[in-house]
Amino acid sequence: MSGHSTYEPKTAFERWLDTRLPILRLANDTALDFPTPKNLNYWWTFGGILAICLVVQIVTGIVLAMHYVANSALAFNSVEHIMRDVNHGWMIRYIHANGASMFFLAVYVHIARGLYYGSYKAPREVLWLLGCVIYLLMMATAFMGYVLPWGQMSYYGAVVITNLFSAFDKIIPGVGTAITTWLWGGFAVDNATLNRFFSLHYLLPFMIAGVVGLHIWALHVPGNNNPVGVEVKSKADTVPFHPYYTVKDAFAILVFFIPFAWFVFFAPEALGHADNQVPANPLATPIHIVPEWYFLPFYAILRAVPDKLFGVLLMFSAIAMLFALPWLDTSKIKSMRYRPTARWFFGFFILATLGLGWCGGKLPDDVVIPFGRDAVSGEAVGFTVVMMSRVLAAYYFAYFLLVMPLLGLFEKTLPVPDSISTPVLTKGGAAMPSGAAAAPEKKG
Amino acid sequence: MAESAKANAHPTADEDPNRRDFIHIAALSVAGVGAAATAWPFIDQMNPSGDTLALASIEQDISKIAVGQQMVIKWRGKPVFIRHRTPAEIAAAVKDDHADMRDPASDASRTKPGQQQWLIVIGVCTHLGCVPNFGTGDYGGWFCPCHGSVYDTSGRIRKGPAPLNLQLPDYQFTGPTQVKIG
Ligand code: HEM
Ligand code: FES
Repeated sequence: MSGHSTYEPKTAFERWLDTRLPILRLANDTALDFPTPKNLNYWWTFGGILAICLVVQIVTGIVLAMHYVANSALAFNSVEHIMRDVNHGWMIRYIHANGASMFFLAVYVHIARGLYYGSYKAPREVLWLLGCVIYLLMMATAFMGYVLPWGQMSYYGAVVITNLFSAFDKIIPGVGTAITTWLWGGFAVDNATLNRFFSLHYLLPFMIAGVVGLHIWALHVPGNNNPVGVEVKSKADTVPFHPYYTVKDAFAILVFFIPFAWFVFFAPEALGHADNQVPANPLATPIHIVPEWYFLPFYAILRAVPDKLFGVLLMFSAIAMLFALPWLDTSKIKSMRYRPTARWFFGFFILATLGLGWCGGKLPDDVVIPFGRDAVSGEAVGFTVVMMSRVLAAYYFAYFLLVMPLLGLFEKTLPVPDSISTPVLTKGGAAMPSGAAAAPEKKG
Repeated sequence: MAESAKANAHPTADEDPNRRDFIHIAALSVAGVGAAATAWPFIDQMNPSGDTLALASIEQDISKIAVGQQMVIKWRGKPVFIRHRTPAEIAAAVKDDHADMRDPASDASRTKPGQQQWLIVIGVCTHLGCVPNFGTGDYGGWFCPCHGSVYDTSGRIRKGPAPLNLQLPDYQFTGPTQVKIG
């Protein structure tokens, strides 16, 4: 993308403003005239969907904060007050609570899109890293938000997650405990913890908005990747963002709102846990505690390991893999359309991640494939959820640490078109795009 | 460096990189120390406040706990288990004193002399902090519902991901059926 601007001020006022604060020029160049590959499919609409999700969370969140009380004695009842007494409070809370799930659904699709089409590769590494930072901030925000209603799941979610840091006691004795005490502001999760989580839950979404700004900046330097994975060669490969993608994104957002509204109005508690309708009780843990669905794969990895420190480190490294990916993948070809073998590994990767999520929701000793019954107790024995988690976690890491580095060196790829506008090759063709477009004037 | 003596003799800003460097380093050091000194209160404010630290000890009457039962009380925001063990539970714990354990400890070291029937432990799983359930799990002690840690009737870790035995709070018997915790 040549950085040059196509903005022409139309009125005297716009000319006047343009020489003082070229904000209309910025808006025009990023959201209206921005040259965008003409072949983007619906997987590319999730960026716009995510932006809307953030706005929805911020608007509903600020409204909830007008009625919510961040105090361990009052929090649970203030949420009930929102649900029963505040005008439209139930709807606004259900939009916020289910909105978090929809946000994660969208971000997982968005990340999977990036993995499949190689959007993390040069020259988009910084763009990818900023995306990973947003994902981390989202997890922190959602975790702290889930603590706020101060139900049993809220409470024990906070206990388990903050205690992850106590694992560091094994590296330097005392350090882990010092960190957890500092996070809690006491000797256990308590009022001080709830109060600070509220402060941070309010702050982090605005930090996300800031990083989203950087993410879009980093997008607009190299421009969008596209399903072919070949960089834009000429103007013939692009269309202006408006109206082509404003309309496509708007349509996708409306479709996205259908399941969103279905959850809010018809199954608002489907993704929640009944135990969170019980006020927090520091003296008794519910029989089966599970995190929100969007954390389940990581939870399964944590539980797959019998050692505390190693389990915690492995869980964090599962996320670190995403950060390292641009330097792990050795293939120069971006889109997996032209990497048939990689496509299979990718498909299994998605299945493994979904499988881990399934394991995360089950009890560790549940039997998946029974081999028979225990002679003494009569209970089923066989392949358990922990064992399955180990197999799937092994594949998860192997995908990043073995498949991505090695496959690029050995795989047989399909011929890659010279440009976006020539997706069908005339003959054999170069495996890699050459410098100049074959026929820049040709229309696709 | 050979020049420095000469340069010091004729100190002018342009000719003297060393003095300029010194000023930069000095200014940055002062600013760095200042920044750290300013940051510290903003970090330390998150540590337990004075009133939280002041939560001292509590006294508890334990006469109502039947043999084979436990009482859960709250101390410093955490559950404390006071368990009135049966002779069978004590025997099982003592029998395993030399079993292969992750965090070896004898049963005697976890109770007060002459008060073997009372086991008093902090009810926080040493894995990730859940409250283990009484009387469940393979060893009849506690079972943690979160990730499946199993503790025996002495509160020692026997199975699952937790690294350590259930911790012992500071406590003493202030009467035959009266304990002071903390
Ligand atoms: C990245 C954006 C955000 C995400 C992912 C998020 C997520 C969550 C989640 C998962 C809950 C728990 C819902 C429940 O189960 O009840 C929650 C609660 C809450 N959030 Fe947010 N939130 C976001 C932004 C905000 C913002 C900007 C505010 C503004 C102050 C806010 C204020 C609140 C309040 C007051 C509650 C407690 C009431 C309740 O539990 O419904 N949130 N949030
Ligand atoms: S918190 Fe008890 S097993 Fe994890």
